[in-house]
Amino acid sequence: MHELAITVIGPDRPGIVADVAEALAGVGANLTDSTMTRLRGHFAMTLICTGAGVEAASLALEPLDGVTTTVREVDHADAAAGGEPWVVSVHGADRLGIVAAVTRVVAAEGGNITDLSTRLAGSLYVLIAEVDLPPGVSDELAEQLAVAGAELGVEVTLRRAESEML
Amino acid sequence: MTEGQVRPVVTAPAAVLSTVGAEVDPTDPAIVQLAADLVATMRVSPGCVGLAAPQVGVGVQVFAVDVTGHPKAATTHGTFVLCNAKIVEASRWKAGREGCMSVPDLTGDVKRAGRVVVEAVAPGSGDRVSLTTDAFEARALQHEIDHCAGKLFLDRVAGAHAIYQRKVYL
Repeated sequence: MHELAITVIGPDRPGIVADVAEALAGVGANLTDSTMTRLRGHFAMTLICTGAGVEAASLALEPLDGVTTTVREVDHADAAAGGEPWVVSVHGADRLGIVAAVTRVVAAEGGNITDLSTRLAGSLYVLIAEVDLPPGVSDELAEQLAVAGAELGVEVTLRRAESEML
Repeated sequence: MTEGQVRPVVTAPAAVLSTVGAEVDPTDPAIVQLAADLVATMRVSPGCVGLAAPQVGVGVQVFAVDVTGHPKAATTHGTFVLCNAKIVEASRWKAGREGCMSVPDLTGDVKRAGRVVVEAVAPGSGDRVSLTTDAFEARALQHEIDHCAGKLFLDRVAGAHAIYQRKVYL
């Protein structure tokens, strides 16, 4: 089954989600998974939908005020096989390359980042990543993260994710 | 009673907040003064229900707590200061939102025990204290004991979407 992968980015204002959803519904595009947040005042939304072609969806989104949209057709993708769920927390003074260094260490151990958020609050940089890990690599990853954290001068914690939802 | 002085509160990323605090001699006059200063600083800080020594730049295991009147509190012990505190029992784990004076712009969802037994010593007398509490006071104790171990709530947040930009300073 073909799906459309759509991104919408622009300065935040009330009504963007309504505008996007309405435009897509108008051409028969059915929203499946979507996520939206505000990043330092920028509206940012990524969504997958089915039931419409690239051209129809693009034309429907084009007139939207003040936002940049992209639409592309993608093959249906099954979520990668899960490993053990872990959470990585990083906090410390902001500097170039924290995310790059930490996520490279995670990737090198075969960890798959399934959710990530970063925040810059004053001079404090915070990264929280949810990671699926292959069985048995957590100790080695914790050691590698400690080394990377020491080099970056930031605090790094690796812990099991809680299975209960909030 | 030693008169407390208000001390400036340090914020992350300050190294002292990520350093394991040293155990203290609770009868040391400097520690008795620090205990009074923590209470004084907590009192002048709106919404502050607990303050640990690393938050005023001193890397030792001393903290003050006062959750009196907080809507999420059940059992309360008023204003108190503990030294060298350890959690000896923890149960009834529950997620809740918490903030921190040393991380003023963010809050986070953190799972904490809803009932704890804490063993510590009192500043001044050095008497051994065993304190059993629950609900918000238990959460405050765990947050402060974490500070004394060089941990912030950021080290325990539930996931990538469990940190929030703080909108109002409560």
